[in-house]
Amino acid sequence: MQQSFVQPEFRVKIDYDKCHKCGRCVQQCGWGVYDFNERPVPHDEKCRACHRCVTFCPAHCITIEKNTLAFRDNDNWSTDARKAVWKQAETGGVLLTSMGNPKPYERIFDKLLLDACQVTNPSIDPLREPMELRTYLGRKPDNVEIVPDGNGGFKLAEGAGVHHNIKLDTPIIFSPMSYGSVSLNVHRSLAMAAERCGILMNTGEGGLHEDLYPYQDNVIVQVASGRFGVSPEYLQRGAAIEIKIGQGAKPGIGGHLPGEKIDREVSATRMIPQGSDAISPAPHHDIYSIEDLRQLIYALKEASGYKPVGVKIAAVHNVAAIASGIVRAGADYVYLDGFRGGTGAAPAVIRDHIGIPIEIAIAVVDQRLREEGIRNQASIIAAGSIRSSADAAKAIALGADVVAIGTAALLALGCHLCQSCHTGKCSWGITTQKPELTRRIDPEWGAERLTNLVHAWSHELQEILGALGVNAVESLRGSRERLRAVGLDEQTCRILGVKPAGL
Amino acid sequence: MPYDLNRYDGFAPANFREESPFKIHGGCGLMGICDESGALMSGEVPILAMAVQRDRGNGLGGGFAGYGIYPAFPDHFCFHMMYHDLRAKEEAEAILDRHFLIEVAEPMPTRPVKGITGAPLLWRYFMTPHTHMLEERDVSAEDYVVGVVMLVNSRVDGAFVASSGKNMGAFKGVGYPEEIGHYFRLEEYEGHTWVGHNRFPTNTPGWWGGAHPFTLLDWSIVHNGEISSYGINSRYLEQFGYTCSLGTDTEVAAYLFDLLLRRHKLPVELACKALAAPLWDEIDRMPADAAALMRSLRAVYGPGMLNGPFAIVLGFNGGMVALNDRIKLRPLVAARSGAVIMVASEESAIRTVLPAPDEVWTPKAGEPVIARVAGMEPPFHSQLHASPAEISCAMTAVEAACHAEEVVA
Amino acid sequence: MKPASIAPPAGVIEGYRYVAPAVECDGATVRMDAQGVYFQQLNDAVREEIASGAKLIRLSNVNGQRYIGTGLRVSGVKIEVEGTAGNDLAMFSDGIEIEVFGNGQDGVGNTMSSGRIVVHGDAGDVLGYGMRGGSVYIRGDVGYRVGIHMKAFEKLVPVLVCGGKARDFFGEYMAGGMLVLLGINARDDSQPIAGGFLGAGMHGGVIYVRGSVEPWQCGAEVAIATVGEEHMAELRPVIEDYAKAMGMDAEDILSQPFTRIAPMSHRPYAKLYASM
Ligand code: SF4
Ligand code: SF4
Ligand code: SF4
Repeated sequence: MQQSFVQPEFRVKIDYDKCHKCGRCVQQCGWGVYDFNERPVPHDEKCRACHRCVTFCPAHCITIEKNTLAFRDNDNWSTDARKAVWKQAETGGVLLTSMGNPKPYERIFDKLLLDACQVTNPSIDPLREPMELRTYLGRKPDNVEIVPDGNGGFKLAEGAGVHHNIKLDTPIIFSPMSYGSVSLNVHRSLAMAAERCGILMNTGEGGLHEDLYPYQDNVIVQVASGRFGVSPEYLQRGAAIEIKIGQGAKPGIGGHLPGEKIDREVSATRMIPQGSDAISPAPHHDIYSIEDLRQLIYALKEASGYKPVGVKIAAVHNVAAIASGIVRAGADYVYLDGFRGGTGAAPAVIRDHIGIPIEIAIAVVDQRLREEGIRNQASIIAAGSIRSSADAAKAIALGADVVAIGTAALLALGCHLCQSCHTGKCSWGITTQKPELTRRIDPEWGAERLTNLVHAWSHELQEILGALGVNAVESLRGSRERLRAVGLDEQTCRILGVKPAGL
Repeated sequence: MPYDLNRYDGFAPANFREESPFKIHGGCGLMGICDESGALMSGEVPILAMAVQRDRGNGLGGGFAGYGIYPAFPDHFCFHMMYHDLRAKEEAEAILDRHFLIEVAEPMPTRPVKGITGAPLLWRYFMTPHTHMLEERDVSAEDYVVGVVMLVNSRVDGAFVASSGKNMGAFKGVGYPEEIGHYFRLEEYEGHTWVGHNRFPTNTPGWWGGAHPFTLLDWSIVHNGEISSYGINSRYLEQFGYTCSLGTDTEVAAYLFDLLLRRHKLPVELACKALAAPLWDEIDRMPADAAALMRSLRAVYGPGMLNGPFAIVLGFNGGMVALNDRIKLRPLVAARSGAVIMVASEESAIRTVLPAPDEVWTPKAGEPVIARVAGMEPPFHSQLHASPAEISCAMTAVEAACHAEEVVA
Repeated sequence: MKPASIAPPAGVIEGYRYVAPAVECDGATVRMDAQGVYFQQLNDAVREEIASGAKLIRLSNVNGQRYIGTGLRVSGVKIEVEGTAGNDLAMFSDGIEIEVFGNGQDGVGNTMSSGRIVVHGDAGDVLGYGMRGGSVYIRGDVGYRVGIHMKAFEKLVPVLVCGGKARDFFGEYMAGGMLVLLGINARDDSQPIAGGFLGAGMHGGVIYVRGSVEPWQCGAEVAIATVGEEHMAELRPVIEDYAKAMGMDAEDILSQPFTRIAPMSHRPYAKLYASM
């Protein structure tokens, strides 16, 4: 084989004086970095810096270092750019990667600050006083029609009021990750946690495994271009149905789950033959235009007894107009996925160079829907790198009803963001179907960690609301007056509808 | 020519830009009283009730609205006007004259009061719309009046309509309420319903038109507190076409009442529940029908929910509604004495005018106290079809509101 | 009843006049007519009389004057208030005895250190906020946020007894002392004895409620139990003292079972936080 020009990115260092020679590292590494010859011998070039071996080495004698190999400085030709050329020259392939866009684009969330109350209005104690995070996901009428109830009181007029909404105990849900790209144990963990937190998990496009049926009231079932696992039963089981048009990490791109990942269970859930590739076309071939979307939305409603139907799109340049069209087409929610959203596999060139930030997308969509007087008709779910409760609070203040977390949820399960999901060898047992790896996630353990995370963020959201002097999340939603920008240019401030700090 | 309050000192201080892009902060005291039998009370009653609550304000704004005060002209629209100068008066009167048959035009009766300075010219007019103009335009009298209010507010520099209802009037200005009441000789009036307000603005000098109550037709609204949800409340209203240009909670509360009562036709009890929604836990414990209703109200009107401390009194010709926030962060005491219902920020205000009430109680958080004069329907202006943009323009006279859209015909 | 009729004003109607009250002395007993007197002049006069040896001060025609007894550090002195005492009655007080024949407004006994307050009427919101000693007895109903963050310290143990019903947040953040809610002299029989969030954030002290409360009414941090004999020993003397002050029958009050609400932990939030 030709000698690769690309030098290893990491160095695996073992302190052999401390090493027990137990071989656990060999067994833990999903990428086969270690040989064992009386003692572990690492092959640096395979290492992904996932820290699985580091975490489980009983002697704590492993460390992973960056390969500090010096390149001649060149601000234009970064080391990564040079390596990419070499790799492509060696293979002729599209560079594949995974997880979210890691490039140093501006992070708007980090330039927004929240308000707090002093004197003229009181802050509220979030621990002792009510602090309501409950959120209803779905279409709401513009007004509530009332009729007398005959006893001097009032009741809802026939058919009036809010129907087909999903009650969420906190405005944080799990974003779609398909069974196939992640393991069944991850799906089980997400579903159990969703039930415990009173929120939703999302099947992604890979169907609903029957093990998740008990949790179906906390599951959004997704319908994507590949239509994997989509059957009337599937549609009827979900709490809501989501049409996936696009994904923040790879707008306009389809998907390809390699046949090796299609084992018996995956094949049964996706309803495709074992071992064959699972290909998601780039578009839905029954949606070439907005009226086709409407037709699909109502087909799904008909088939499901009028469950809420949402549409997930990647945040792209014209997102406001697209979202408006989606709402007018009858969607109950619009799911916006920003350009930093994660993926199980995507061409690096797409992931790193397409889309717009979620902060901007929320701002323009919320504003457009308000200007058109249709904001009540759909909820907005925002995703694409919600890294903390602070990001969630800022997203909500910009106008989102709910945030969805994917990468953060996987981090809770052990993911170290090594960006190697597409290899199917995840040492943490997350994005793999290998039984010896998927075993590593015990669904009960996973559910507890995910529940902890959602609860911790919810408590933090309550702290933020308390400081803002409001005791219900709907009073923060879209309340951009409670945000100020630091170091954002005027134009961006205007687009966000946020004043600079000091004003 | 756009209306710019900046140019008028006294009437609107030069350093005060009325159209505020910022949230205006303030605290306050308030009162409302209504004799449900329709019997009339002297204007001293509200003055006294506000006077004992003097320490709740800072002298930068006080005001009252009285109902049933013009029994000689029960069916005339009465405009209380504020003018910066005679030119403004002339221009405004030309507009009024064109649209109305003016029965009486007279200066507001006032008396000099130490500490009250910078008063605008204050006039009042008892008028009926020209019937042929109503017919020609095929509009209700109420729409017609709102249109004229807008026209005056937006087209005449230095003119402001302080109130425009029938058999009612607003009396307000810069000063403590008891001084303002004395200035307007309020004790010479008798009304079945009164509301009063004491203002404690923390970041703006007062101007006469900016004092409470805010009015439109015969609605008047006074408010105490600070709404922490102002940001989303104002964006929600803008979605319907209202322009929140004053930056005050009172403006937001007034538009929300207009939206819920007039446009969405909610009964006042339920409008109050939308504005001060019960907690979800409480809703979950309600009987199924009530829970479904409350859940819908809250889910639909969540962006309009007033969150944070407030107490509000909405006066109308035929009664009043008092409401405070959902976890009672602002004081409100209520009392009944025979047919008289009264609310105030402090019990002492009640006992000053009702020394031996039948009962005194603290209303529950978010539960309105509603008083209705027997035989009078609460006029939630079913004949009014004005758009939200027009309502904003008429109520505030602020340039941004009047020019947000082409609202003035 | 119609509103009181008022003589035509000679000048601006004033809620209060900025003049000293009329004072009548009879040995150590002093009477003051508070009618229309501004709180500063009234409280100045009270302080002066105490300094010159008054032991009983009777204030008549009180209506909303703020800060009566506020900040007073004396013992063996009593103030009687006839009328509606204004906001912050006896705030920061230490040792004074006050008896109100009328209602209290908001903030009665706010951050009080010791002494005794008896109100023969209702009291408003934020009653006994941060009280650290002494006793406050209210005959009737009380408002929102009563007895919040009451705390005990060494020999200081505050006691607050409310004869009527209470609204939300009764005993919120309570850290010590005793809160008693009787529900007897209430205005509205249809209301529950307390609102929601009773004892929310409670981490010390004890609340006794005559009758029972529903779990939904209570904060997450408390345990609800029926009162046994061992606790009656601490409750009985308080009820007896209260009954005496109110002219009620202690046995009548004690004839119904009480519910005891106490914190489950002194550190309810130890698990809520994780260090970074
Ligand atoms: S890939 Fe992960 S498990 Fe394997 S050597 Fe590197 S850090 Fe360790
Ligand atoms: S796991 Fe650690 S101790 Fe065990 S063989 Fe590997 S390096 Fe040595
Ligand atoms: S899921 Fe696994 S493979 Fe993917 S980034 Fe995380 S640790 Fe790496």
